[in-house]
Amino acid sequence: MNSLKRVIIFGATSAIAEQTARQLVAQGASLYCVGRNRDKLMALLEDLKVRASDHQRIEGAVADLTDSIQHAALIEAAEHLLGGIDSILIAHGTLPDQKACQENFANTRQEIENNALSVISLLTLLANRFELQRHGVIAVITSVAGDRGRQSNYVYGAAKGMVTLFLQGLRARLSKVNVDVVTIKPGFVDTPMTIGFDKSGPLWVKPERIAKGIINAMQSGKGEVYLPWFWWGIMLIIKNIPETIFKKLSI
Amino acid sequence: MENHHGKNHMNTPRSWNRLPHVSPEAVHALTQRKSGVPDSLPRPLLAYGNGRSYGDVCLTEKGSLLLTRGLDRFIEFDPQSGVLRCESGVTLAEILALVVPRGWFLPSTPGTRLATVGGAVANDVHGKNHHAVGSFGHHIRAMELWRSDGSVIDCRPEDDNGWFRATIGGLGLTGLVRWVELQLMPIQNPWMWVESQRFANLQEFWTLNRLAETNWPYTVAWIDCLAKGKTQGRGILFAGQHAAAQSELPTFKESCKRIPVDPPFSLVNGVTLRAFNMLYYRQPLKPQGGLTHYVPYFYPLDAIQDWNRIYGRRGFYQYQCVIPPSETETATAALLDTIAKRGEGSFLAVLKTFGQKPSLGMLSFPRPGTTLALDFPNRGDKTLRLLDELDAIVQEAGGALYPGKDARMSASLFQSGYPQWQIFSDYVDPGFSSRFWKRVTL
Repeated sequence: MNSLKRVIIFGATSAIAEQTARQLVAQGASLYCVGRNRDKLMALLEDLKVRASDHQRIEGAVADLTDSIQHAALIEAAEHLLGGIDSILIAHGTLPDQKACQENFANTRQEIENNALSVISLLTLLANRFELQRHGVIAVITSVAGDRGRQSNYVYGAAKGMVTLFLQGLRARLSKVNVDVVTIKPGFVDTPMTIGFDKSGPLWVKPERIAKGIINAMQSGKGEVYLPWFWWGIMLIIKNIPETIFKKLSI
Repeated sequence: MENHHGKNHMNTPRSWNRLPHVSPEAVHALTQRKSGVPDSLPRPLLAYGNGRSYGDVCLTEKGSLLLTRGLDRFIEFDPQSGVLRCESGVTLAEILALVVPRGWFLPSTPGTRLATVGGAVANDVHGKNHHAVGSFGHHIRAMELWRSDGSVIDCRPEDDNGWFRATIGGLGLTGLVRWVELQLMPIQNPWMWVESQRFANLQEFWTLNRLAETNWPYTVAWIDCLAKGKTQGRGILFAGQHAAAQSELPTFKESCKRIPVDPPFSLVNGVTLRAFNMLYYRQPLKPQGGLTHYVPYFYPLDAIQDWNRIYGRRGFYQYQCVIPPSETETATAALLDTIAKRGEGSFLAVLKTFGQKPSLGMLSFPRPGTTLALDFPNRGDKTLRLLDELDAIVQEAGGALYPGKDARMSASLFQSGYPQWQIFSDYVDPGFSSRFWKRVTL
């Protein structure tokens, strides 16, 4: 079992990360939360402080994670305030406007910065650090969208897929030093990011449930997890549709 | 991207009694208390919390509903003084889970802990201890009101500008309440000391109740709404107080059942009601008192998820009135006569007397007198006619109905029961409205 006593959460104000943070605090964790929007981050920190016991530390910083120059300093500050780092959750990201990306490469580049390169910068620093301390868990929220490029959101899919592949290699490398690398692939989550969709179907789940799955996967050091689990089956089918048929589907 | 236009989409918010069926033009989920509301949203606006009020105080046909459950953060809690500040979409259950282990409790709570704090403010809810502590509004230290013109008003009970008194019990019409600061009440443990006593008729109830109110902070009575003649108003009085420190506490494990489907017809009908009432009246009592955990004591129905489904697809009407002290005995008897004659009513008919503490809100429901609450399965016109008959008794006695539980009262009954409604209307946000407000201010 991996310890989740001192955790950094990047993108802590996203709905899934916020629920994960609450559940971690309920389990006695100290947290360092990084978020882009000041008001959102402050509201999150106030809430977590009320929930935490006196023995737990709740800290955080406002940062735009596309600015990779700041990454080392953020990790440094977290380590200092928490007195060490047991685990990391990387949860930040944006949902691109696929159409806007098709029309202008600048949009595509920005989305790949947001969803892939900023993550890889963090992972590079954290991997080296965890390799030295020889314990810990690094979890990253990617997406089922990264399993296969679909015409409706392949820019997002490509960025998430890049992170998934990067994590596969990193997992193999760090397995030698007792560090777990966990890839989290949530399906449809009922969050503000997806409010325009009809969520009456059985595939939509609440962020609380995803958060529980994330904590479970981090504790037990799983490799790649679909949340909820049945997305494993759905994606197995989607991945195995022959390309000649797949290109004719409008998904 | 954060709003959802279009009528009749699958997730149309409804009120707890599933009546009336109305859809707003748009639904917008709030997730950040400081972020305001997009200008593109159709007006008027109305906050919708956890859907535990009945009728149409939380519904609108024109404009947009603002879903507040995403505003579910705590802001500050001082375990020494028991002062808690939280966002308005936090439920009472979430507050209790936080504060009970630290020795604090809600000073006033309705019969469900699944209501949001914002809903508790908007309806100035009351509990079984009204005669001792007043209603929810008496325990609010401050709150923040967002107005549709973008301004923000800090409301406090000591202010004499009217905003506090308009917003307490203000049915969400004065704007959006973004956070609330409460003064909690200290407790020794999560248990209640409860005594129950049977009474054979209404006359016995009045005597028993007077005595119970002087000795106990919490009192409420269940009555058999079908009993007639000499046994009219028979029932059981439950008196309680927070338990003192105990040398040993029992263990408590919460269980939750669920009504899984919508039955095609109401499971509450003449036959089941008669059987239930007979058995319930004869339940074993605790005349010497005993310990009951606070959850089953205060929130018996919360243990059955989706209990509103037992009334079937057509939904039900909830009816709660208050009768002033001078008319209490005759009007209560007249109400029970009318209900028993029709053989209608609910498993849980509740009788309670309010205390003397004046409510703070201009539209607050609690006031000195007796309050009777019960549900009626929706059988169309037949049910509406019965409710009209009850209205006539209430209006004649100078009483009022509870807006948070109403889907059909007349404008005339509302206006006679809430004489400050015109003063109140000056505080209504021009960008806010509800189906209820349109209906009663015709």
